[in-house]
Amino acid sequence: MTAMKIAVCVKQVPDSWAEKKMVNGLLDREGVDAVLNDLDEYAVEEALRIVEAHGEGHTITLISMGPERTTEAVRKALSMGADDAIVVTDSALVGADALLTSEVLAKVIATEGFDLVICGTESTDARMSVVPAMISQRLGWAQLTFAGSVVVDAAASSVTITRVTEAGVDTMKAQFPVVISVIEKINEPRYPSFKGIMAAKKKVIDVRALAAVGVAVLASWSEVKDATPRPPRAAGIKISDEGNGGDALVNFLAEKKII
Amino acid sequence: MTQTLVLAEFSEGKVAKATAELATCGARSGEVAVVVLAAPGTGDAMAAQITTGPVASVLIIESEAFAKFGVAAVADALAQLVDAYKPLALLIASSAFGKEVAGRVAVHIGSGIITDAVDVSADLTATQLVFGGSTTVLSRVNHGVPVITVRPNSVTADVTPCSPSISHASFVLSENSQRAEIISSAPFVKGGRPELTEAQIVVSGGRGTNGDFAAVEAFADLLGAAVGASRAATDAGWYPHSHQVGQTGKTVSPQLYVACGISGAIQHRAGMQTSKTIVVVNKDPEAPLFEIADFGVVGDLFAVLPQASEGVRSRKS
Repeated sequence: MTAMKIAVCVKQVPDSWAEKKMVNGLLDREGVDAVLNDLDEYAVEEALRIVEAHGEGHTITLISMGPERTTEAVRKALSMGADDAIVVTDSALVGADALLTSEVLAKVIATEGFDLVICGTESTDARMSVVPAMISQRLGWAQLTFAGSVVVDAAASSVTITRVTEAGVDTMKAQFPVVISVIEKINEPRYPSFKGIMAAKKKVIDVRALAAVGVAVLASWSEVKDATPRPPRAAGIKISDEGNGGDALVNFLAEKKII
Repeated sequence: MTQTLVLAEFSEGKVAKATAELATCGARSGEVAVVVLAAPGTGDAMAAQITTGPVASVLIIESEAFAKFGVAAVADALAQLVDAYKPLALLIASSAFGKEVAGRVAVHIGSGIITDAVDVSADLTATQLVFGGSTTVLSRVNHGVPVITVRPNSVTADVTPCSPSISHASFVLSENSQRAEIISSAPFVKGGRPELTEAQIVVSGGRGTNGDFAAVEAFADLLGAAVGASRAATDAGWYPHSHQVGQTGKTVSPQLYVACGISGAIQHRAGMQTSKTIVVVNKDPEAPLFEIADFGVVGDLFAVLPQASEGVRSRKS
């Protein structure tokens, strides 16, 4: 059995709790706390578990694209146990859409060569859930997405997943190389240990400009025409149940003509 | 020919309401051709179900590949139809499946993509609600044939009867799309309740149910509602993951959302705060979800819901 090369795509996103706003048609990333996308932690964890189940010699490389401070989020994923990282950062990538993001990631993946690419199902900021499928389409690799479980047979170079979506559960199988995305039910991501955090400081983050990746940036193929904050919802009526809370609820629904 | 292509949605073998919703959006810009992707021998029966909405024609492609290779095969078929028909746009329902298909098609045909639109205008400007519904964004695709996914239940469907012309087409399955194979498939059985993302009313339970969803389900059934659950409830294994509402689950936007025993973490809000009317039942008066409730009851859901169910029942009779 040869050593498996695993890539995990990660993204730095504004903290879920942060108030997000649009500036000039783009998400304002300057004024908010930035963290490792929650859903990518499951991808990192799954990669670590695959390596741990298959013994020595396998490697996990993080791949990310974003502003310079993306390295902070990447450092967290390194402290969980990934081996090294490639970060593509370039001022030309500001406001990159999913098409450009997937192109940059696919290019890096193709250049480096991997057996498995693992992603989260979506980023908590853009929430499009399309990048893993786009990477698969661009590379011509098997798409095994929305995985609720991943079983890797390294000897046979094959992966079997259960695909869990709102429609149901499918079992899917493919030969290496594959693009996987994992849902958040798949595992419980580990907290970085002190040792892991110390080790991560010494791990290599290879920062590349766009020219080094070999992608020419075209104008985005979609544009934001207008972004308007919606008025916040105001609290309405709030009552305490004194034995008639259910009746009051029904009266409210009747007033609203819902029932 | 100014055509708009719409991918038909089916659920448990029946045409879904989302199909007419997509057609309604598409008809604003062009003549709607609905695409039915079916297993061999089933296309005509599926197409025959498309009897409402502004649909001019139905295009059937039958292939075993759709069940065998899923997203990748469907994307191949749609990309080839776009090449052949040069439509104004391709509209697909927003779901995990629909968005992945859209993503692959956009790469395939070299077009811009917009996901999770809640409306699409005649000039193909898409309206999206982003950041958990706190911001309305209008955007347009400016390159290629726009690929737009539209959330079910956000557009009022034109349900005028239609009798579309029906024709058959074929496609070539690419080698790359055969690299991941679906070995077995177990669709979720919805058990008679409406689909979560399509329901007019959603009743959800959270940590406060302590795993007992009977009161939530009983109230939901009286209202003809879908049942949702918070992440806490699905993580605890109390309710299937497929019913999770929130950032990492489904986004719903019903006429009425009733949250029972859900405190309202921002992740949950992100999945429901564009609901028209929000009702909250929670023992904890400090539960953050009360901040966005049109009507809140501070009380035990096991007392409030049965009484409300009784109230609805007596009004019905």
